[in-house]
Amino acid sequence: MSKHALDLARLAVACCALLLLTMAAPASARTVTDSAGRQVEIPAKVNRVFAAGPPAAILMYILAPDKMTGWPRAPHAYERPYIAEQYRDLPETGRLTGRGNTVNLERLLEARPDLIIDFGSVNDTYKSLADTVQAQTGIPYILIDGRFENTPAALRLVAEAIGVTERGDELAAYVEELFAEIDKGLAGIDDKDRPRVYMARGPNGLETGLKGSINTEIIERAGGINVADPGDASTRRGIVNVSPEQVIVANPDTIVTWDRTFFEAVWSDPLWANIDAVKHQRVYLAPSAPFGWIDRPPSVNRIIGLRWLPGLFFPARFQPDIREETRRFYKLFYHVDLDDAALDRLIEWSNGKP
Amino acid sequence: MVERQAVTRSLAAIPLLLIAAIVALVIFAAVTGPYDASLTQLQSSIGRYLSGAPASTPLDTVLFSVRLPRIFAALITGAALAAAGAVYQGLFRNPLVSPDILGVSAGAGLGAAFGIFLSLPVIAIQGFAFAAGLGTVALVYMVASAVRGHEPALVLVLAGVVIGALAGACLSLLKILADPYDQLPAITFWLLGSLAAIRPDDVWSALPAVLVGLVPILLLRWRMNVMSLGDEEAAALGVNPRTLRLILVMAATLITAAVVSIAGIIGWVGLVIPHIARLVVGPDFNRLLPTAMLMGAAYMLLIDIIAKGLTTTETPLGVLTAFIGAPVFIWLLAAGRRGWS
Repeated sequence: MSKHALDLARLAVACCALLLLTMAAPASARTVTDSAGRQVEIPAKVNRVFAAGPPAAILMYILAPDKMTGWPRAPHAYERPYIAEQYRDLPETGRLTGRGNTVNLERLLEARPDLIIDFGSVNDTYKSLADTVQAQTGIPYILIDGRFENTPAALRLVAEAIGVTERGDELAAYVEELFAEIDKGLAGIDDKDRPRVYMARGPNGLETGLKGSINTEIIERAGGINVADPGDASTRRGIVNVSPEQVIVANPDTIVTWDRTFFEAVWSDPLWANIDAVKHQRVYLAPSAPFGWIDRPPSVNRIIGLRWLPGLFFPARFQPDIREETRRFYKLFYHVDLDDAALDRLIEWSNGKP
Repeated sequence: MVERQAVTRSLAAIPLLLIAAIVALVIFAAVTGPYDASLTQLQSSIGRYLSGAPASTPLDTVLFSVRLPRIFAALITGAALAAAGAVYQGLFRNPLVSPDILGVSAGAGLGAAFGIFLSLPVIAIQGFAFAAGLGTVALVYMVASAVRGHEPALVLVLAGVVIGALAGACLSLLKILADPYDQLPAITFWLLGSLAAIRPDDVWSALPAVLVGLVPILLLRWRMNVMSLGDEEAAALGVNPRTLRLILVMAATLITAAVVSIAGIIGWVGLVIPHIARLVVGPDFNRLLPTAMLMGAAYMLLIDIIAKGLTTTETPLGVLTAFIGAPVFIWLLAAGRRGWS
């Protein structure tokens, strides 16, 4: 037998073995129905999960950080102290969905995930993306509705799929309790007694999310009224540009933002000087470490914002101990025991002194 | 003879017509908007402003800090882009040339995106845009002058295309690196162009650069006609085409970069308006320049009024100018072009 033939034989044996291995893998699969109604078969034991984008990564970090294959983007220096030490340096994986696809499918396969999760808007685009990637890679891909109201259900669904049901139940119960607490506190409030809120985005504060968009859901959930309301139900709901005149006409009595540039400039800017929110010092800066409190991205990270905002909107009805609640939330959700300095920094930040 | 006088008279009427149109548009833009105000409120607000009293009502802020700066910015932007377009089209003897040809917009876009990426204040973002716009054209010029032995104008255009593409690639890279929930929308909105965020300071920062840039263009308007004959003819007539081209490109770039840095990237105005102006008054730069500037100012203000009024939120200007500019341009191409002589 020549050397070449021997090599060929070895190759054939290797190929057969590989084929057998691949066939043997999904020995005891289960079927999960995701938020898009897709029936996805997933392995009995899920050890590694690839997050398609930042919202899914946060969901995974909260539920089971040990199963993460990495962060869509590496955490910034100011975010790192608020992420548990052993997960700060997980590899950067890129985004599979959202705006701009930066994942190399080979790298995805190299990460050997048992499951891909996307958390956010559920529509035909994302559905088809999930189908395509699943068909191309052979890795099950589930799509979870990222709407705020769906948070407890999403936590439970994903927790069950990846085998951390108890953890999912615990966190979902926390969120349900918070929702109930807020509903109770808000009961019987007339629309005219609710704050009229503008969410300022971008360096000049002239980007905002229209009422009903995933980016501003928290305003309504916390009992406020989003002033960026086009009225017409058919219009696109997303991030838009507005003119200063429209803000003056809307005259919000409360402004929330996470943009420090805008927050620092707004107090001395003549264009904003006549806005009620500025006149009455009701412009609030949301902390954004390790993730945004009110948005950026729209994921489970908004739950701490929901602890915080009602107290600002309705000081007579909600008096949360933000310091204690922050400590508890960061421990329960983010696996970090905040020391006093780190906690102080967040509280100062939420008081407008980043 | 009589006929020629009639033609001259009708040409003289064009600037007057345009000025009348601009005045009408300015008044319309000043008194309409989402903030409802009665005539008497407007009167008292204007009275307060003229008497020098500080802004005391929201209407004062709306009128004098929001609407008027925006109107001025629209007029300046339109006039500047049209003037720059007229200069470039004459220099390159090509009606398909726009002020972006040497990469000023691509560079400014990259500069602004970088500023947004670094989360800088608005004024720094504008400064980055302005500097990067000028820097890109300077780079194009250096590359073009390093390459000798070809038609200089052609090399310049090619260098502009190449450097512009490079800037576009860097911009794409920044977009990929930017935060998709925060910085990416800001970059996108900036690149589409808008006057929504204009404030009085912006007008004051752009105006000097525009005026400085217009001076050489106005002074050299006679020589522009010579330049549009081609380098050899220009040289034969005693004009140094290299020096003159450099001065004119610098001037046109300065005014484009100044308005782009406050308004974002607004295409088509610098392409279509000089073209239409040439159809109306002919290729004589002496007449073409003021006509194009007035038309550009009127067109930009009209577009901005539509941008404000089309929906409850702002429509990006770059979208509207293309929607209106593209059909007009196709029609112009179909209708046949007029020569340069």
